[in-house]
Amino acid sequence: MSDITKQSLTELVENIKKKKLSSTDVTKAFIQRSEKSSELNTYITDDFTSALDKAKKFDQKPNLDLKLPGIPMAVKDLFCTKNVKTTAGSKILNNFVPTYESTVTENIWNEGAILLGKLNCDEFAMGSSNETSHFGNVQNPIDKNLVPGGSSGGSASAVAGQLSPITIGTDTGGSIRQPASFTGIVGLKPTYGSCSRYGIVAFASSLDQAGPMAQNVKDCALLQEVISTYDSKDSTSINFKRNHYSKELTKNIKGKKIGIPKEYRVDGMPKEIEDLWQKGIQYVKDCGAETIDISLPHTSYALPTYYIVAPAEASSNLARYDGVKYGYRAKGENLIDMYEKTRSEGFGAEVQRRIMIGTYVLSSGYYDAYYLKAQKVRKLIKNDFDEAYKKVDAILTPSTPSSAFKIGEKTNDPVSMYLNDIFTVPVNLAGLPGISIPAGHDTKGYPLGLQIIGKAFDEQNILNIAFAMEEKINFKNKITDWWIK
Amino acid sequence: MSIDLKTIKHISKLSRISVDEKRAEKLADDLNSIFEFIEKLNELKTDDVKPLTSIAETTLKFRSDEIKSKNIREQIIKNSPEDNEDYFVVPKVIE
Repeated sequence: MSDITKQSLTELVENIKKKKLSSTDVTKAFIQRSEKSSELNTYITDDFTSALDKAKKFDQKPNLDLKLPGIPMAVKDLFCTKNVKTTAGSKILNNFVPTYESTVTENIWNEGAILLGKLNCDEFAMGSSNETSHFGNVQNPIDKNLVPGGSSGGSASAVAGQLSPITIGTDTGGSIRQPASFTGIVGLKPTYGSCSRYGIVAFASSLDQAGPMAQNVKDCALLQEVISTYDSKDSTSINFKRNHYSKELTKNIKGKKIGIPKEYRVDGMPKEIEDLWQKGIQYVKDCGAETIDISLPHTSYALPTYYIVAPAEASSNLARYDGVKYGYRAKGENLIDMYEKTRSEGFGAEVQRRIMIGTYVLSSGYYDAYYLKAQKVRKLIKNDFDEAYKKVDAILTPSTPSSAFKIGEKTNDPVSMYLNDIFTVPVNLAGLPGISIPAGHDTKGYPLGLQIIGKAFDEQNILNIAFAMEEKINFKNKITDWWIK
Repeated sequence: MSIDLKTIKHISKLSRISVDEKRAEKLADDLNSIFEFIEKLNELKTDDVKPLTSIAETTLKFRSDEIKSKNIREQIIKNSPEDNEDYFVVPKVIE
């Protein structure tokens, strides 16, 4: 079967369960395609040999009751994987081999999946284009020299390019949804507290959340079902009744009230994004849902708030990289000199910039003016959503203010890079779930996404809306295999 | 507000990241443009707003103080850049 890598997760699971395909067939197919795809630079570390061994072992004694029986998949290199190098896209972790497994990846292996390798990402997940990785930028399978978005750029590229049937990323300000939108795939950022943060390299702990990335909504629902578990090892993990997201998936969204926030109509937004949004509104209406104009008045304050809160938490989290316990160490004349040189040589420019911002806003004399102020505005942003959800069940917006841009186009202007996340950041600040689904193409033929934002713990509802819309949209990703050698 | 080179040097010291003159100038430019963007928050009156300190709004759970990982010294030391089997080695701190 030559078209194995074109199959969705759901199809692969079914074919393995019906014994039409073995795990070895599937694993081999994805390894072969991955090996021909080095130009995309999606992998930081591959684990192909070990993956094939695991697939063979699975086939000898297949447990077909599992949710991901013998399914190979690569994951973002921000998840600690026992005995497999985990770099977070940074030089400072270039030689780090975890002695433990993240809860989210452990959940995946427990359901029968097999690790293919670790996927490229922005350094410590700080970036919107995958250009800050120490291991080089990632190519978007849609077109040469186009960014795949970030920070889960390798993950998005791997799914869109069919190097991995599904994957997991992390989303702190849009790092799953924005790259999903740029590459024409589906990406879900779950409610804060839904997926354990244990074993994920920390960026901003009050915002970080792992989530699934997939070719379609059903695959995304199945993976969310696997990764979302209560975990006592993460003190912010929340014990709520989790749905069987894939089993309970329905296209019946009749009578659902969908909010359309006027503040997301930002200055300078291209007409094609506005047109896409209008189409989206028509699609949900065609599905029997009702749209209601709403207001989220503090939307324009979300990005400035994020660029205080996230760097502040990052500066604190990244204090652990001192060249002593693990990671890169530079030679120094004394202990302090060693710290300063290690961090100067080990961190890239964007990470240093954010540590500096964070250190500044938390420093003596500036804490009240910046950090405390940001926490107060964060409350106002959350209140906006709380108010809106008294009237609506979900909110529909564009995922990003533009389609994917060229590599190098925004690297010299941090603020213009940050503006990419204008529609995704408010969702993280309020701790809500959000899903990006591919909804159309711009004039250049690049994919564009729509975002559905839900109430806290209401993943099932936004998955259902996405599932219903997906059928109406009938999106086809334009993948030409231009990079295949 | 403007962040000058002296401030950059101060933050770099607090952050334990050494920065040379050329990089310091670039950082000052970058941080100034970022803070110009952040200043937008001052448009909002927030005197009566309670800061959001926890998004999950749950209280932290207590757990019993039990040792769950035993004999993991080797694992802990494994990734250190320099060690002498039992300890992390750092440059001399006491003269």
